[in-house]
Amino acid sequence: MFRERYGIFMSMDIFLQHLLNGISVGSLYALIAIGYTMVYGILLLINFAHGDIFMMASYFMIFAVVDFGVPVWISLPLIIVFTVVLGMLLERAAYKPLRSAPRMSIMISAIGASYLLENLATYLFTGVPKGYPDIPWLTAVINVGNISFQIVTVIAPVLIIVILLGLMALVNHTKTGMAMRAVSKDFETARLMGIKIDKVIAATFAIGSGLAAVGSVLWGAKYSSVYPLMGVMPGLKCFVAAVFGGIGNIPGAVLGGIVLGLGETLLVAFFPGLTGYRDAFAFVVLIVMLLVRPNGLLGEKTTDKV
Amino acid sequence: MSKKMKKICTAILILAAVVLIALFDNDMIGNAYVKRVLNLAAIYAIISVSMNLVNGFTGLFSLGQAGFMAIGAFSVAIFTVPAEYISSIFYIEPMAPWLAAIRLPFVAALLVGGLIAAALSLLIGYPVLRLKSDYLAIATLGFSEIIRIVFTQLQTITNGALGINRIPGITTMWVPFGAAAICIGIMLLLINSSYGRAFKAIREDDIAAEAMGINLSFHKNLAFAVSSFFTAIGGGLYAALLTSVDPKQFYFTMTYNFLLIIVLGGMGSVTGTVIASFIITGGLEWLRFFDEPLSIMGVEIPLFRSGLRMVVFSVLLMILVLFYRKGLMGQREFSWDGIYRWCQKIKAKITKPSGKSSDAKGGM
Repeated sequence: MFRERYGIFMSMDIFLQHLLNGISVGSLYALIAIGYTMVYGILLLINFAHGDIFMMASYFMIFAVVDFGVPVWISLPLIIVFTVVLGMLLERAAYKPLRSAPRMSIMISAIGASYLLENLATYLFTGVPKGYPDIPWLTAVINVGNISFQIVTVIAPVLIIVILLGLMALVNHTKTGMAMRAVSKDFETARLMGIKIDKVIAATFAIGSGLAAVGSVLWGAKYSSVYPLMGVMPGLKCFVAAVFGGIGNIPGAVLGGIVLGLGETLLVAFFPGLTGYRDAFAFVVLIVMLLVRPNGLLGEKTTDKV
Repeated sequence: MSKKMKKICTAILILAAVVLIALFDNDMIGNAYVKRVLNLAAIYAIISVSMNLVNGFTGLFSLGQAGFMAIGAFSVAIFTVPAEYISSIFYIEPMAPWLAAIRLPFVAALLVGGLIAAALSLLIGYPVLRLKSDYLAIATLGFSEIIRIVFTQLQTITNGALGINRIPGITTMWVPFGAAAICIGIMLLLINSSYGRAFKAIREDDIAAEAMGINLSFHKNLAFAVSSFFTAIGGGLYAALLTSVDPKQFYFTMTYNFLLIIVLGGMGSVTGTVIASFIITGGLEWLRFFDEPLSIMGVEIPLFRSGLRMVVFSVLLMILVLFYRKGLMGQREFSWDGIYRWCQKIKAKITKPSGKSSDAKGGM
């Protein structure tokens, strides 16, 4: 709430504060954007339901901690497992039967799945926002000089770097990673080479959903309000982040997420009058990006072969 | 079936529709509720056919219907609300004076909305349609959200989140049904012209189409702009039917209604879309009982509560796309020959019950 109080007059401290905030929001976007970019890289599918998986992960956490009283350190791995299962189930039910169908059918199926998850959440948990359980070692406020921030603000960027390094190692140095790269290069050829496409796709969805679950924990520590449509805006923005960084490119998704989060935060910090347009920023970025550099910051140029 | 016979059948069908609308309009049959649902279905038919023009006929994936509708709806709201009400509607901040000075008749306001929507669609279409069509889905979805956000912010133009009420309403069923006939008629002409054939060629294979000398960018933009224009017209009619608009109504989930309609009707079938508009609009009203508490013989069924209707709705969309991808009509259109063949098949089935007629729907 600093921006209302200080407006455009900004000292170095406040600027640093916004910078830190922007990077941490960006890291959250990056976590979700990785899921989009990996699925798109392999299936050429915009997984519209990804944001809703993230939303369901938040609800899982509430159930585990608030309703069943599971300690936080047990529920963390638990909700990641549940979210991964949900993501893989979604893939099996909504995308696998349409493997050979036209692209548009798969996209409609993705929208249907997303809409189903949202409506199901509204029906089961009502539209009234619920509070995310407080996790003290994430939400505690630290003061350094004149800057004060939650621990999660620092954890998020560190975590994203660790995850990025881990993922790069996975993609570049393991068999599964090699299979993923092969499938994303050429679906049919990879199949002919004996790669089990369905397994690779399931693994991709598992990784994406797991990261969405991690993202939901950090998100919950920052924003604490959980409601059925909470995944929509982050979902759309993170897809934009993935396009911005170059779709299909994991470091690109991280870069895109951080640039987007930072840009959004600083825009509102410098021009408090534009607060209402905060959510529009991402889409303006998308359209400008598609005009100037359609392949994204780190994307390779691809041409369609006939 | 002979040509003359077909003409007679068509004339009978049109006459029946006119008589039916006249009966409804003069309150001989039905009631206000039924009339309202029918009007809504006619308006949805316009928007769905225009969505099908892009998604079903040109093979692009646009999800911006809610945004373009909002443009049309607010154009009608802003320009047709009577001058004497303006100060009481815009009670937080007055309407911009230059805007308040312009009062337009309904049809002019509709067209203004349509033209603004078409112009904006070109603005998005130009950068996005050069690329793979996936980006169009996200860009249009984002655009529809931007429109909603901007309309919520522009207090002196759209009255912000409060919206505009007391819009002069539609008094007769001839307006939505007449507009639907005209708009869908124009789109049919477009689809059956050489432009329409180019659209279909792009849908089937854009690289091959380009090799055949079809200007991809021009035709994609044309389809998108025409679709946006008619969506905004539909939005304007929607505003006049409801007599009040606010930006919240045009949340992007509204687009999913039309998506369900075109999937049910068949991607690439105008008649299928029109039929599906009536089925879905009526069906969604009928499904309202899902949201009410239900008790059978004194036992309360716990499942029936607020929100179930939308769950059923989304499950329906999933089932359709997973198992009945072709929808009712696939890419076929209504024709008397089709009906004739269909009747022959039914007849054959009755006289020879053993005969297989798994594709009895064929041609309809």
